[in-house]
Amino acid sequence: MVSQVRVAGVGMTPFGKSPERTAREMFGDAADEAFEDAGVDPDDVEEVFYGNFMGEFAEQQGHQGPLAASAAGVRAPATRIESACASSGVAVRMGVEKIRSGAADVVLVGGAERMTNLSTADGTAALAAAADALYEINAGVTFPGAYSLMANRYFEEYGGDREDLAHVAVKNHDHAVDNELAQFQMEITVEKVLDAVQVCSPFGLFDCSPMSDGGSAAVLVSEAFAEEHGLDASVAITGTGQASDSLALHDRESITGTPAAAEAAQMAYDDAGVTPDDVDVAEVHDCFTIAEVLAIESLGFFGKGEGITVAREGKTAIDGELPVNLSGGLKAKGHPVGATGGAQISEMTKMLRGDHVNSDAVSDATVGLTHNAGGTVASCVVNVLEVVE
Amino acid sequence: MSDDDGVRDAGYDDFLDAIEDGDPFFLQSPSGNGWLPPQIRDPETGEGGLEEQPLPDTGEILTMTTVYVSGPTFVDDTPYVVAIAEFGPVRMTGQVRGVDPDDVGIGQAVEIGVDRTETTGERVIVFDPI
Repeated sequence: MVSQVRVAGVGMTPFGKSPERTAREMFGDAADEAFEDAGVDPDDVEEVFYGNFMGEFAEQQGHQGPLAASAAGVRAPATRIESACASSGVAVRMGVEKIRSGAADVVLVGGAERMTNLSTADGTAALAAAADALYEINAGVTFPGAYSLMANRYFEEYGGDREDLAHVAVKNHDHAVDNELAQFQMEITVEKVLDAVQVCSPFGLFDCSPMSDGGSAAVLVSEAFAEEHGLDASVAITGTGQASDSLALHDRESITGTPAAAEAAQMAYDDAGVTPDDVDVAEVHDCFTIAEVLAIESLGFFGKGEGITVAREGKTAIDGELPVNLSGGLKAKGHPVGATGGAQISEMTKMLRGDHVNSDAVSDATVGLTHNAGGTVASCVVNVLEVVE
Repeated sequence: MSDDDGVRDAGYDDFLDAIEDGDPFFLQSPSGNGWLPPQIRDPETGEGGLEEQPLPDTGEILTMTTVYVSGPTFVDDTPYVVAIAEFGPVRMTGQVRGVDPDDVGIGQAVEIGVDRTETTGERVIVFDPI
């Protein structure tokens, strides 16, 4: 029988600007918190999967697997996962698969990213490396630029406008107000979003997730290990899925869909034995406002062309029918790219356990979903978490 | 983009050379899908046997954006317009230059060309409205 994978403990640093802190230190902090939360000793870890995207740009640091393990106080096989902004989502999935295979009972997963030590131009260049270097970067495509291409085509095919997108940003900022781990614990208005300095049409500054520093970690264990050691691990990762697509946006069949997300989601739903209707709360990869729209459509929560208005209608707000990004999402919580997928697991685990600042809004929730994407969703990982005790 | 020491990117630089020579091409798989070089197999079907075909003379802009904040290699080019255009079975990304962005839009017919960036002087694929 395949072992059920429990989230024994989670941790993350506050996300925000700490340009002087190295990625290794931030991951060490997050891992330390996760071990404490789990009641598991670093000596018990049998494998480490660590997500990081731009260490070569920001810290001239490659070969980060063993570095991350050492930072966490672990001596075990350690591998760095680089899958752009989906790096630590993939790391989580690798950990789940490792335990399910029976090859390990305790795996440390997570990631870290140091970004704000770079100038805006250098950070923009580093992020753009998630695109096709020959045919996109050489044409001047930036990360927000690529999502703008998707947004403008979406408007053309399905309607919607900048104001619809602004409501996504406003909602996610609302959710982050009381989250002490979030980079922006402040409300914003639709007017403020619309009046912000332009980054690339149709995006202003508040349509974009920020440059952030931070680390995240989770201690995953087998059900047998949890029982044997009397761990309080009430949340399990019951489904996981991953898919890839062409790296360049122009090579996709559709510019307005994210088929890798739909494929990863279906895999995760089938794996967990749930449907989109069963999901009570979701953390999705809102690196840009349009990204949340595309995500909630690809995940099957809303029909194609319907996702653009749901934030405006309040359906994905904290008191809506499906709260999305109760942590504040990447938009307000922050987006240290290599840490983001792990942070989604950390925040979702706390929401389902009842010890997140916004848990009360979803006190009956038993099924949570995390959606972590790389590039313009050329990589996507979807994980389903459930309360099992 | 060639590296600083002048080393070419095979496939990509060949494609730009062909545009400059007035003889642009794309790679077509037996299923009819179009791709840009270098490409050995069709990513959708897995087929080999891709063959060079002449690029249609006219393309259509599918989407575009004006970029105000760029990386270091385009800082002197901002603001600039990036677009995805479809030329028959193949799509590609390029810049729309020398025109007011308000004067072009989705559905605009374009021809392909090659220009040089302001910032680095590197070659860039451009779409000229017709």
